[in-house]
Amino acid sequence: ISDAMSDDHDASDMSGGDDGQEDVMTPSELIRKLEEAWLNEKFSPELLENKSERVECVMEQLTHMEANLQRVRKGDMKASVHRMEIDRIRYVLSSYLRSRLQKIEKFFPHVLEKEKSRAEGDASFLSPEEFAFAKEYLANTETYLKAVALKHMPPNLQTVDMLKAVPEPCLDSFVFLRVRARQENILVEPETDDQREYVVDLDEGSQHLMRYRTIAPLVSSGAVQLI
Amino acid sequence: MFCEKAIEIIRELHRMGDGQLPAFNEDGIRQVLEEMKALYEQNQSDVNEAKSEGKSELIPTIKFRHCCLLRNQRCIAAYLYDRLLRIRTLRWEYGSVLPTNIRFHMCAEEVRCLKDHGEFEIDDGTIILLKKNSQHFLPRWKCEQLIRQGVLEHIMS
Repeated sequence: ISDAMSDDHDASDMSGGDDGQEDVMTPSELIRKLEEAWLNEKFSPELLENKSERVECVMEQLTHMEANLQRVRKGDMKASVHRMEIDRIRYVLSSYLRSRLQKIEKFFPHVLEKEKSRAEGDASFLSPEEFAFAKEYLANTETYLKAVALKHMPPNLQTVDMLKAVPEPCLDSFVFLRVRARQENILVEPETDDQREYVVDLDEGSQHLMRYRTIAPLVSSGAVQLI
Repeated sequence: MFCEKAIEIIRELHRMGDGQLPAFNEDGIRQVLEEMKALYEQNQSDVNEAKSEGKSELIPTIKFRHCCLLRNQRCIAAYLYDRLLRIRTLRWEYGSVLPTNIRFHMCAEEVRCLKDHGEFEIDDGTIILLKKNSQHFLPRWKCEQLIRQGVLEHIMS
């Protein structure tokens, strides 16, 4: 991806918005981070923190690449390679957004509840558009149930509690992961009457199959990567 | 036995494999709703009788009818929600225009729900994906959808 990106020198200096951890990234780092977010979102059973600044940066990057592509001589072999690269990045981006959308649809009451109960300073799980989408999805579903059946039911039975009716994500499902930063004393099983507590150390570069619930905080901190 | 019709409509839906949408069983729903109305009215009169004449032996029957009402409500909600889930899966597969034979099986409210939801999804997609001028992207995506619907044919040249 080097040529198409480095032709435009402005593109290589990108700040990540309010997110202090991602100040200035090279284009290839940005794409790598997008792919990491994409894989994490794909393999995680629950909706992860939204990375809208990254999405914005990637969109900007794509615009630059498109512009560069216009300037390349027609019929030049490089053009088709760059074209493929742009399409590939576009696919990863829409696959990422699609993963999120599908999870929002699947767990909509819980997603909205989580967003409602988060503290003021905490990062949002949903982008503004996703939040609006989730709210509208809830409203449409409730309207539909009401119109077709609930309003014809006895007065004390005209509502359905969505939080109870829609299943929650299964945090105990197993996921494959690769360790990026060494972790010590990860509690896999707590101590009970029948067993001692089961604790492991995770070495950098090692790969494991574990319950998502155990390593969920490590995914959001970036210490492990879901694969 | 109470709640039999409710179970029947769920079984009918379950029998059709995943991804298929049978016709909306309006008649079935109507029967369940009628049963619910009857149960509720019987309960109301029994509750009044129990209160005014102190007939506490009616209470187990009242509780039983209430359980049936809750079960019927749950079955209907499950039936409707499952249909919605199937429609949603079809929507992800086919895009904004569902084949006519599927739409034929949907009731009016399902179409309305889909349209509201659909419009928003497209808007959402437009905002997020096409914010920074993707003239090349949109035609290709639209083509892909249309190809899957059988409207366009992909020609390799």
